[in-house]
Amino acid sequence: MTAQALIHFPKKARRGEVIEIRTMISHPMETGFRRTQQGEPIPRNIITAFACRYNDVEVFRADLFPAMTANPFLSFHTVAAESGTLTFTWTGDDGFRVEERAKIEVG
Amino acid sequence: MTAFLRGAFSRLRGKKRPALAAAATFLLALPAVAADIPLPDRRSGYEFMGPDTRAMQDDDTQNPATLAVLEGEALWARKAGAAGRACADCHGDARESMKGAAARYPRFDDAGAGPIDLEGRIMQCRARRQEAPPLARESRELLALSAFVARQSRGLPVADAVAADARLAPFLERGRALFRRRQGQIALSCAQCHDDNWGKSLAGNAIPQAHPTGYPLYRLEWQSVGSLQRRLRNCMIGMRAEPYAYGAPEYLDLALYLAWRARGMAMEAPAVRP
Amino acid sequence: MRSRGMTRRGMLMAGLAALPAGAALTVIVRPAAATPEAMQEAIRRITGGAPLRRGRVRLEIPPLSENGNSVACAVAVDSPMTAADHVKAIHVVTEKNPQPNVIGVHLGPRAGRARIATRLRLSDTQTVTAIAALSDGSFWAESANVIVTMGACLEDAL
Repeated sequence: MTAQALIHFPKKARRGEVIEIRTMISHPMETGFRRTQQGEPIPRNIITAFACRYNDVEVFRADLFPAMTANPFLSFHTVAAESGTLTFTWTGDDGFRVEERAKIEVG
Repeated sequence: MTAFLRGAFSRLRGKKRPALAAAATFLLALPAVAADIPLPDRRSGYEFMGPDTRAMQDDDTQNPATLAVLEGEALWARKAGAAGRACADCHGDARESMKGAAARYPRFDDAGAGPIDLEGRIMQCRARRQEAPPLARESRELLALSAFVARQSRGLPVADAVAADARLAPFLERGRALFRRRQGQIALSCAQCHDDNWGKSLAGNAIPQAHPTGYPLYRLEWQSVGSLQRRLRNCMIGMRAEPYAYGAPEYLDLALYLAWRARGMAMEAPAVRP
Repeated sequence: MRSRGMTRRGMLMAGLAALPAGAALTVIVRPAAATPEAMQEAIRRITGGAPLRRGRVRLEIPPLSENGNSVACAVAVDSPMTAADHVKAIHVVTEKNPQPNVIGVHLGPRAGRARIATRLRLSDTQTVTAIAALSDGSFWAESANVIVTMGACLEDAL
């Protein structure tokens, strides 16, 4: 299954401006509480952690639990401190790991 | 003469997942003949949703179906099959070539001598033009491609395919008959909810008019993108009727009727629905 | 394919044929899932036993949700987000889900604004609580009750 992540934030910002970052990633977030029609438990398979690094400094981190919807959406803020690269990492069960990078221009 | 209906019940047993086949508490008065919704009174299912769900649909950065559209865009450009062709090789930029295409489906398919829906056409192209292994209905790839193609028609009016092609007329009549036919354990027809009782509350949610303007769509209940056929199967299960198999001609006739019934309404795909 | 993320309330209806027209008897059975104690324990793990104060936290969640699989939720905390005075963490917990925790985010002055938005799963009508941990060691919370409805015409038969 190819992971698809959607990341949205202004590509250019003024120094010191607070910007909103929206993220969404394709993932079933299987809770582990469901059972098949035969009664077999469906094993848990969720994203457990998300982190955003700004030029390699962590500026945001989240612990996710089964009560997060499938295809988790997360919006947060960060100060546009300097130009550089924002790195987004999702990790979870069964060795799930997706990393996406995007540039930001701060003037 | 009126009759009263009672919904079927479902039972939670131990750890078995509960299913609610139909509302436990609703009463319907059944008129003798179902009447079409007058054209100016037609409203999309969008208008029956709460503001948060509408916001999800309106904002591409919040709409989970956007992930499918992006995947479809990637698949559109990818070469596939023995012919080594991508969709783009024949159809170019989808933003141009597919504009309005989804709004004209279902349409008449000479090969099958009957209506074909958008998914069916994509499957056909895949087999014939790309010579690639078939894409199953409700497969991730097929949903992604149909979401991407349908997205190019957003805002455009649903076409009157039957007026454009008279060969579809008998299939439209079959679709209309299916929509009005009482079926299943509670002898309920689509029309009784969606023509005669739209707007009223069923199991806590408003009954929509059942227009297909948003398909394929992200249903919160599924937590994934799904096609109109998947939704129709849900309807039939909800009505306590045996659903047809995917790709059955009944679905195509129904889809044609629903599209005709929604003619002139704006396409919304990919929509979000509860 | 199964659609529900967790066990949902079931409905029982007795005496289908026997009831007179216009009457319907429904009994809502709650799944044996999380207990209020589990939520309190989750809160204790977050606060270390410190008191929860009301205020400063704004929990934006609809009072009525069309589908418990996806409930939009935003939490905003009134804070200057300076090095000296900022929100360190925001947690969301529920009282009736199989597990009480939903999300825990960790912030700092670089966030600029203590506001997050996400979507939750709610297994039933229940109270959702957002907790903010501030840099001065205090904890603030706000709760909201969400009625969770469930649509008709679903994927699964009996």
